[in-house]
Amino acid sequence: MMNFTEIQEQARQEWDSLQSGSVPVIAVGTATCGRSAGALGVVQAFEEEMSEKGVEAHIVEVGCIGPCYAEPLVNITKPGRATVAYKNVTKKMVTEIVDNYLKGDDPLPHYTLGSFGEGTVENIPRILDTPSFKPQERRVFRNCGVIDPTNINHYIANEGYNGLSKALTMTQSEVVEEMKKSGLRGRGGGGFPAGRKWEAGLNAEGDQKYVVCNADEGDPGAFMDRAVIEGDPHSVLEGMIIAGYAIGADTGYIYVRAEYPLAIRRLERAIEQAHEKGFLGNNILGTDFSFDINIFPGAGAFVCGESTALTLSIEGKRGMPRVAPRPRTTEQGLYDKPTLLNNVKTFSSAPMIITRGAEWFASIGTEKSTGTAIFALTGKVNNCGLIEVPMGITLREIIYDIGGGVADGGRFKAVQTGGPSGGCLPESLLDTPIDYDSLDEAGSIMGSGGMVVMDEKTCMVDVARYFLDFTEIESCGQCVPCRLGTKQLLDILKDICAGKGKKGDIDLLIELSQSVHGGSVCGLGQTAANPVLTTIRYFRDEFEAHINDKCCPAKVCKPLISFRILEDKCAGCTLCAKSCPVNAISGEKKEVHVIDQGLCVQCGVCMEKCPKKFSAVECLSPKLPVAPKETTEVVA
Amino acid sequence: MSKVTLTIDGLQIPAKEGMTVLEAAQASGLYIPNLCNHPDLKPAGLCRVCVVKMDDWKIAISCKLPVKDGMVISTEDPEVQQIRKSTVELLVANHPMTCLTCEADGDCELQRVAHYVGITQENLNRYRRSVRSIPIDRSNPFFDFDHNKCILCGICVRTCDELQNINAIDYAQRGVDSIISTLANKPIAESRCESCGECVIRCPVAALAPKGAQEPMREVKSICSYCGVGCGVMLGVRGQKVVSVEGDRDNPVNKGSLCVKGRFGYRFINHPERLKTPLIKKNGTLEEASWDEALDLIAEKFSNSKGDKFAALASARITNEDNYLIQKFTRAVMGTNNIDHCARL
Repeated sequence: MMNFTEIQEQARQEWDSLQSGSVPVIAVGTATCGRSAGALGVVQAFEEEMSEKGVEAHIVEVGCIGPCYAEPLVNITKPGRATVAYKNVTKKMVTEIVDNYLKGDDPLPHYTLGSFGEGTVENIPRILDTPSFKPQERRVFRNCGVIDPTNINHYIANEGYNGLSKALTMTQSEVVEEMKKSGLRGRGGGGFPAGRKWEAGLNAEGDQKYVVCNADEGDPGAFMDRAVIEGDPHSVLEGMIIAGYAIGADTGYIYVRAEYPLAIRRLERAIEQAHEKGFLGNNILGTDFSFDINIFPGAGAFVCGESTALTLSIEGKRGMPRVAPRPRTTEQGLYDKPTLLNNVKTFSSAPMIITRGAEWFASIGTEKSTGTAIFALTGKVNNCGLIEVPMGITLREIIYDIGGGVADGGRFKAVQTGGPSGGCLPESLLDTPIDYDSLDEAGSIMGSGGMVVMDEKTCMVDVARYFLDFTEIESCGQCVPCRLGTKQLLDILKDICAGKGKKGDIDLLIELSQSVHGGSVCGLGQTAANPVLTTIRYFRDEFEAHINDKCCPAKVCKPLISFRILEDKCAGCTLCAKSCPVNAISGEKKEVHVIDQGLCVQCGVCMEKCPKKFSAVECLSPKLPVAPKETTEVVA
Repeated sequence: MSKVTLTIDGLQIPAKEGMTVLEAAQASGLYIPNLCNHPDLKPAGLCRVCVVKMDDWKIAISCKLPVKDGMVISTEDPEVQQIRKSTVELLVANHPMTCLTCEADGDCELQRVAHYVGITQENLNRYRRSVRSIPIDRSNPFFDFDHNKCILCGICVRTCDELQNINAIDYAQRGVDSIISTLANKPIAESRCESCGECVIRCPVAALAPKGAQEPMREVKSICSYCGVGCGVMLGVRGQKVVSVEGDRDNPVNKGSLCVKGRFGYRFINHPERLKTPLIKKNGTLEEASWDEALDLIAEKFSNSKGDKFAALASARITNEDNYLIQKFTRAVMGTNNIDHCARL
C-alpha cells in the first residue's frame, strides 16, 4: 500500500491535470438542492450539446455551491482565465453558453453571477467583491461546490486527510489539546466546547468507545449538514477518524436521516474509498490505530437528533431522551459505552484545526465563539441560500448585505433563528452579533442555523402557531410538560388565530411557556416555547389585536380578514368574479362588483387577479360584518 | 451505606446514601407530590410533578435526584410551584371529569396531586380542554384498559418489564398521540399479557381497572389456595362474600405479588355450584356425605388395594410437606413406588 505522501502526490497530479489542463472545466452543482432545480438536466444538456458540436470540456458534478436562489449553478473555468459562475441555468441557456463561451469568447455576462479565481473575465464583476459574498468565509464549505465529492483524490489534493496524517503523529492528548485551544463549539446548536467533550471522551474509562456523528438534521429549513455531506463527505469521515484516534475508539456511526438518500450514497461511496486508501480499517496509514465507520439511517423522528435519543435509536430502541440526572454521553452513551457525539460540521471542522492549527481557526470569530457559523438563510429575503460567515457578524449584515435585503421591497419585521426551537427577533435587535451567547440573551438560539426572514406581511401569532405545530407533533410524548404543554400552547394559538382568543390567554401562554421550559426532560421541550415567548416579548401588540379587537394586523389569519371591492375603483372587468372559486362575487360587466361576505372563503384570489391599474380589492381586518340572509317566507 | 442529612423546606432529614430525595422525604413522612414514581420500580422522572429546587438554583426531579450530605431542597420555591401547577393543570385539562363514577375515586393519585397543588375551576377554565375518545379495551376478562384516563406515567410498562419480565406493553406513537400499547396495538387479550394484574394495582388512576370491583368492608389475611407457593393474600370481604383479593405486601413469599389465578380467580368461592361437602356415588348418583363417611370409605378401599395395583398422583397445588406425606404414605403404607406428580407432564 502507498504511504500518505505517495497518495497525496497521485491525488495532486489528478487534480492539477484537471485544473490546469487544456480544456475548460464545467462544474455543475448537483447536490439535492441543485437537482431539484434541474441540475441533472443541465449536465445532460451540456453533454449532448458538446458532443453534437464537438466541444471538449470536463464536466464535474460538484456539491452545493451555496446560493440557492441562483440554482442550477454552473461554474466554467477556461484555461488561464477566472471561473465564470452562471446562475439559473436552463437547457436553452446551455446551448447559448456552449456556442458563445465554450466555442467562442463571449461569456454572456447577463447570465452570470460573477467570476472568481485567478485572472479576470471582461465585463463580469468579481463575486467575492460583491456585498453578498464579501462577508462570507468558506471554511466548513471549503470544498463544497469545488471538488467532485465522489472522487477521494479531489479531497486529498485539497488538504484532505492531511489532518489525519498529522494527528497520527501526535499523542491523543495533543490532538485533544489542539481542539480545546481552537475554541470550537459544538455546531449542532448547543454550543458545548468540542475540545472539552473530546477530553471527556479521552478520559472516560472503557475498553470499547464509540464516535457518533449526528447527521439527523431535522429542523424545518435547515439543510447545511446535508450540503456538507453531499458536497464534501470525506471531511466528515476524516474528522470522525481523528476523533476516534483522539479518544481511543475503534468504531464510528453516522446517524443520518433516511430522507437524505443522496447523502447516504455519498457517505457509502466515501467510506469505501477511504478503506481502499487505508484511511479506514485496520492499521490506518501503517499505525496501530484501527477505525471503521457504519451508517445508520434514522427512522424519521425529530427528537432523535437529541444525543441520548439518538444513541438509543441506534440500539434499536424507542428514541426517547434519557432523563436527567444521567451520566454524560461521553461516559455512558451508545450501548452504555463512552461515546463522543458531535454534529456533522463539528467533525468537518476538526481536520482544518489539526492541519492549520488552533490559532488559525480561532483567528476569526469572537472570543467565546470562534470560527464560522453556517446559516440557511431563507424567507422573505432576496438572496436565499446557505451562507458561512465569521461568528460575530450582525444579523443586519447577513440580511441586508449577504441576503440582499427584504424581498419584493418589503419592510423587515422579524428574523427567526435556530429553527423551531429558536426565537423571533425584531428590527431593534438587528445589530445583535451572531454568536451563541448573544443570541441566547436575545431569547433565541444559534440552534441548527435556520434563519427565516419575515416581512410586514407575516403575522407573528401565526408564526408562533406554525412552529408549535411542529414541536407538538415531534414531541416524543414521555414527559407531561412537553407532551401536553406544547399541545395546550398550540390550541391556544390556534384559537387566537381563529379569533377565539380569550382575555388572559397571553398570560397563560407565558406561564405555560415558562413551565414547559423549566419542566421538560430534554432540549426539545425546554426550547419548544421559545417562538411563543419571543413573539409575545417583541410583538405583544399583535397578540392583543387578535384577542381584543379580533384584528390580524398583518392580514394573514383568515377568520379575521375580509375582502372588499372599492366602488370608486372597480371597473367591472369581471376578472375577480370569474376567478372566485366559490362564486361569492357578483356584478354585471362594466359595473361595480360586490363580494358576498357570507360566501367568501378569504382565499385572496380576487385581490391577486384585480389588475394593478384598478387595485379595487382591499383586504380588511377586523372582519366586515356578514349581512343577515334574507329569509323568504314560503306560503303553502 | 453511610448516613447523610439533607434539608427539605427547612427540616433536617436523615437519609442513607443511594436514596433519592423523594425516597428520603417519604421515609421521613413528608409528601412530595408525584405520579410516575412507585416504590417497587426504578424512578422514571417523566411526570415532572415531583419537581424541587436544589441548593437554591437548580430545578431537579426529586425521584431521580440522589441525596447528598448538606443538600438543601425546596418544594415550595415559586418556580417549582409554577412548573408543578402547570403540569398538574395540563393533566387535569386532558382528563375525563368522571370522578364520581370512576373506579379510582378516592384512591386516585391524580386527585391527590390536584388537591395538593390546589386546582380551581377558575384556573382550569383558562385551558383548552381536550380529552381523548379511544374505545375502552375490554378484551381482558379481568380488567379494562381505558386510554382516555391514562396519564402515561409508564408505571404499567415498567411493572411489566422490571417486575414481571413479560413486556406485553410499551409506549407507541409520539407526542399527544402517545399511547400505552401492546405489540401492533392489538387488544390486550391477544397480546402476550398474562393478566397477572400487577400493572392494574399500580395504575395511579383508573386507566387499568379490575372488572366489577367492589370496595370490601373488611379484610381477611389468608394464603392463596391455588398452588404450593403459598402467596399471602388479603381477601376483601363484604358481608359473607369475597369481593376482592390483594397481595399481602408483608408476606415474605410473594411480597404483595400475585398471579392471574390468585388475584382474579376468587369468584369460585361464592359460586353456587361450588362443592362444599364430599360426594359419594350411591346407586349411580352422587350424594352429599360427611367427611368421616368419605374418609372411612377411602380407607376401606385403600386397604384392599395395597401393592403395585395402587398408584398415587399428587398435586402441584399442595405444599411440599403435603407432597412429602403422600409419597411417604404411598411407599410406607400402600407398599408401592407408583407415585407421580401432576406438574411432571
